[in-house]
Amino acid sequence: MPAIKVENLSRIYRKYSEQHRFKTFKSAILKGDLFKSLKPDEKVVALENINFKVEKGTTFGVIGENGSGKSTLLKVVAGISKPTAGRINVEGKVSALIELGAGFHPEITGRENIYINGVMLGLSKEEIDKKFNDIVKFAELEDFIDAPVKTYSSGMYMRLGFSIAINVNPDVLLVDEVLAVGDASFVPRCLERINEFRRKKKTILFVSHDLITVERICDQVAWLKNGRMKGIGDPKRVIDQYVQDVKSKKETDFEQEQKEADFQGDSEQERRENRWGNREIEIKKVRLKDLKGKEKRVFSPSEGMVIEMNFFAKNHIRDFVFGIGIFNSQGVCCYATNTVLEGYQSRSVEGAGKVICEIEALNLLNGTYYLDVAAHRQDGLPYDYHRNLYSFMISSNYTDSGIYRPQHSWQFSPSIKMDQQK
Amino acid sequence: MLRLLKKFKGLYKYRALIRTLVGRELKARYRGTVLGFVWSFVNPLLLLTVYTIVFGFILRPRDPSFDKSPWVYALFLFCGILPWQVWFAASSQESANILIAQGNLIKKMLFPTEILPIVSVTSNFIHFLFGLPILLLFVPLMGKTYTPYLLFLPIVILVQYVFTLGFCFLISSLTVHFRDIKDILANLLTFWFFSTPIIYPMTFLPIQEHTLLRVFLNLNPMTHIMWGYQNCVFYGELIRWKRLGVTFLVSLILFFIGYYVFDRLRDSFPEEV
Repeated sequence: MPAIKVENLSRIYRKYSEQHRFKTFKSAILKGDLFKSLKPDEKVVALENINFKVEKGTTFGVIGENGSGKSTLLKVVAGISKPTAGRINVEGKVSALIELGAGFHPEITGRENIYINGVMLGLSKEEIDKKFNDIVKFAELEDFIDAPVKTYSSGMYMRLGFSIAINVNPDVLLVDEVLAVGDASFVPRCLERINEFRRKKKTILFVSHDLITVERICDQVAWLKNGRMKGIGDPKRVIDQYVQDVKSKKETDFEQEQKEADFQGDSEQERRENRWGNREIEIKKVRLKDLKGKEKRVFSPSEGMVIEMNFFAKNHIRDFVFGIGIFNSQGVCCYATNTVLEGYQSRSVEGAGKVICEIEALNLLNGTYYLDVAAHRQDGLPYDYHRNLYSFMISSNYTDSGIYRPQHSWQFSPSIKMDQQK
Repeated sequence: MLRLLKKFKGLYKYRALIRTLVGRELKARYRGTVLGFVWSFVNPLLLLTVYTIVFGFILRPRDPSFDKSPWVYALFLFCGILPWQVWFAASSQESANILIAQGNLIKKMLFPTEILPIVSVTSNFIHFLFGLPILLLFVPLMGKTYTPYLLFLPIVILVQYVFTLGFCFLISSLTVHFRDIKDILANLLTFWFFSTPIIYPMTFLPIQEHTLLRVFLNLNPMTHIMWGYQNCVFYGELIRWKRLGVTFLVSLILFFIGYYVFDRLRDSFPEEV
């Protein structure tokens, strides 16, 4: 018997145009379109044809970007908003942690608010009496419980809200990103409470951006994108899919940005500032590719990169050097080299040609990087110097820091016990 | 219709919540000020004083039932002003704002929205109840006597309760879509106040002689409710059963219409407030 069963669920939000927002009863009556003005102008699909089941005693995670419909889904499951189509069945008492302390009244004391909020969440007065001390203790508000809630700090406010909601002792707990605002000592205690719930074989629906927590506590994960279910099942697999999708979106965004930048960057002024030299050897085109020869702009740290320069030498030239340099967004030179430094002695060049520099593995950290390419004489006189005219991006799940990411691994002696999360 | 009845049954389930919220409303109102209780009667007492001076002392009451005494007239005024100002007008004005003011509850919690207008009407009803002993204290002071007809007071109160609730359901749900109803309401209430026999008695000769005026006043449900209070407390007469009965029917219809509109618009509240 599933605790939550969602079938063909759709939720369409009605959107009223700007003009409508300011429409008044007076004008509606005067224009005689009272009923028309109660109709929406546009519809926004927040959820479309969602199907899933959550078995009793399991934890179900929902991930997705902002605006993908996660919170709407939670609100619909909680019964706060109604589905436009489809069916939802929830077994047992539901408690929703959507906004902590939503029902507090600022003028009255914490004690009275506990009673009122408890009743709102469906407890009887006797049940609240029984739980009162636990609630206050968990919220660490023993000294302030008889002060008006308006005098509480936002942390105290949140603690009290969480404490009440979790002590309602529901069969199904809905959690929406509420833990994002807690301080360092309170969040672990909340997570501990949620874990305790799991041990008691209660059902949890967990919405979060914190993929590590989701992977750790969820038995199943659903991934929403633009209101549609893109994946459901094993947490690791679904989270991977999601991360991949975010990455490819980043790539398209970055390319879009680059295109726009290239387009704008064409202005003479900018070209002159970032490019100089007498053009006896002119670098016509620079391409970035991966090792398979596919042109791209976003790389992962362990990936290789090929820098390809097409040039044209007007005359017969004997003295020349080709060089590259990689800079991060702070302007720190991560690596620079040229053909002389690597032991190549120039003999001659004339006409069109191509220089390829192949990097086996970039070994860089996440971020945007800029590329210098140049052709110059051995004494430094530039033929054609391109300063930061090309850029690429490194994107990964790693959160390490520094400038350079050497390939590495860890080993531990048997006396050390550790679990790896990823 | 059946569906609506089923929903009313659901309302009964929420009585604990309604009780708690009314308690919260009263506490919050009286907590902030030392003279909280007095404050909610300042406005009606001010009205009472002004009207007593203007119509009692300056213009002199002409209706025979006042015995030419401004003090007796003051008691008559009080019979109408108390239920109108403290209960009906206050509830309507509060309801016009309540869904927007309590938006957090509607948007962030699983909350039965229809409770909010009920809480507003009920908490103002309790203020009215607090004021009732003051009114009754005035009866002998102003030279009138208690009559057994006072026992009919609860019936009049019930009619007003249903009527006010229906009106508040309508006002509160429509304000979510038309924000200017709040301003319209303030003017409507002033007009309505003077269209109801509160500062003048329905038996006043010019009214009875003027057909159009009489019909217009009779069509106003609040006329019969106010008249009911005056019958019980001031005149010491039996309430006009037929008139009040019809008013009760009208109130019930308004209540159903109000609740129906509220129910239809309910799903749009979380998005609109």
